[in-house]
Amino acid sequence: MEVKVVRNVLDVNAKMAAENRRFFAENGIFVLNVMSSPGSGKTTILEKTLTRIMPEIQSAVIVGDICTTNDADRLSISGAPVVQINTDEFGGDCHLAAHVIENAARQIDLAGLDLLIVENVGNLVCPAEFDIGEDARVVVLSVAEGEDKSVKYPLMFRECQACLLNKTDLLPYLDYDLEKARQYIDQVHPGMSVFETSAKTGEGLDSWISWIRERVAEKAGLQQQA
Amino acid sequence: MHEMGIALQVIDIATAAIPPEMRGCRVERVNLRIGKLSAVVVDSLNFCLEIATRDTPLAEAVFSIEEIPVVAQCRECGHEWQVARAVFKCPECGSGNLEMISGRELDVVSIDIEEQFGSQAQNQ
Repeated sequence: MEVKVVRNVLDVNAKMAAENRRFFAENGIFVLNVMSSPGSGKTTILEKTLTRIMPEIQSAVIVGDICTTNDADRLSISGAPVVQINTDEFGGDCHLAAHVIENAARQIDLAGLDLLIVENVGNLVCPAEFDIGEDARVVVLSVAEGEDKSVKYPLMFRECQACLLNKTDLLPYLDYDLEKARQYIDQVHPGMSVFETSAKTGEGLDSWISWIRERVAEKAGLQQQA
Repeated sequence: MHEMGIALQVIDIATAAIPPEMRGCRVERVNLRIGKLSAVVVDSLNFCLEIATRDTPLAEAVFSIEEIPVVAQCRECGHEWQVARAVFKCPECGSGNLEMISGRELDVVSIDIEEQFGSQAQNQ
């Protein structure tokens, strides 16, 4: 006997993500999901970004790694509250799911918060599949990773609104074709915002920070209207 | 990489779909639909399903996976085509303003339950 089901396998996560999204919207908090492969420079970018936007934009961070609190320790220096998720407690997951974000957000004082940054587990595959209730997704790609990552991992680049091409300070030492990397990104996600950054030197961070500022202000404005 | 989690969800959904009067019956087949753009490796998923279904009503089930192609429609000129090689631009007009028609599916579509075994189970 055939029994019709037609249920999305991730519907439990999708439902939880929708609840997160509603909750963050009610509180006027802009939620940014930052993804990349391990070692692209996410944490350094966030350290520099937080230093520049705090305290004007009240920010908090949820950071996911399989093990260690190293990233939380680094990010805490900015003064932003940081919650470290170690996914080995959740079976060594390769991504942060919506229920993990919900639990982590409970540990943060959300009063007066403008921006919640989620630094996802380093991985270009799985995090792209899991909605966490964020407003925007960005992918960081270091120039040391090669030009063609966007076409190799298309879902990630389709799902993100912006891409940071990081570690541009290394360009003089690499056979890296920046124009080619941009062409590949444009092929996978035409019109995607691309920022060339060096978290190390701070070069290129201005336009990235403006991008965040605009979105945080827009979200706060929407909450005031509601 | 998260195929085991997906496998466990598939098993939960399929098990919950067995009608109460057929509890104890064997599930012969689970029909799945997986889009080619979803971050799931079908071989890994099959491997995880084989392990995770042991000692469940799905232990002997065949998991039939229909892979769904990535299809986009251009919002500018209406052209619809199957996307290949990760080129998300309309081949007719060059626009990147697309509506994704398919490719992100990750669905349990239906299950087939062994009927004969079911009636015996009910009689016991």
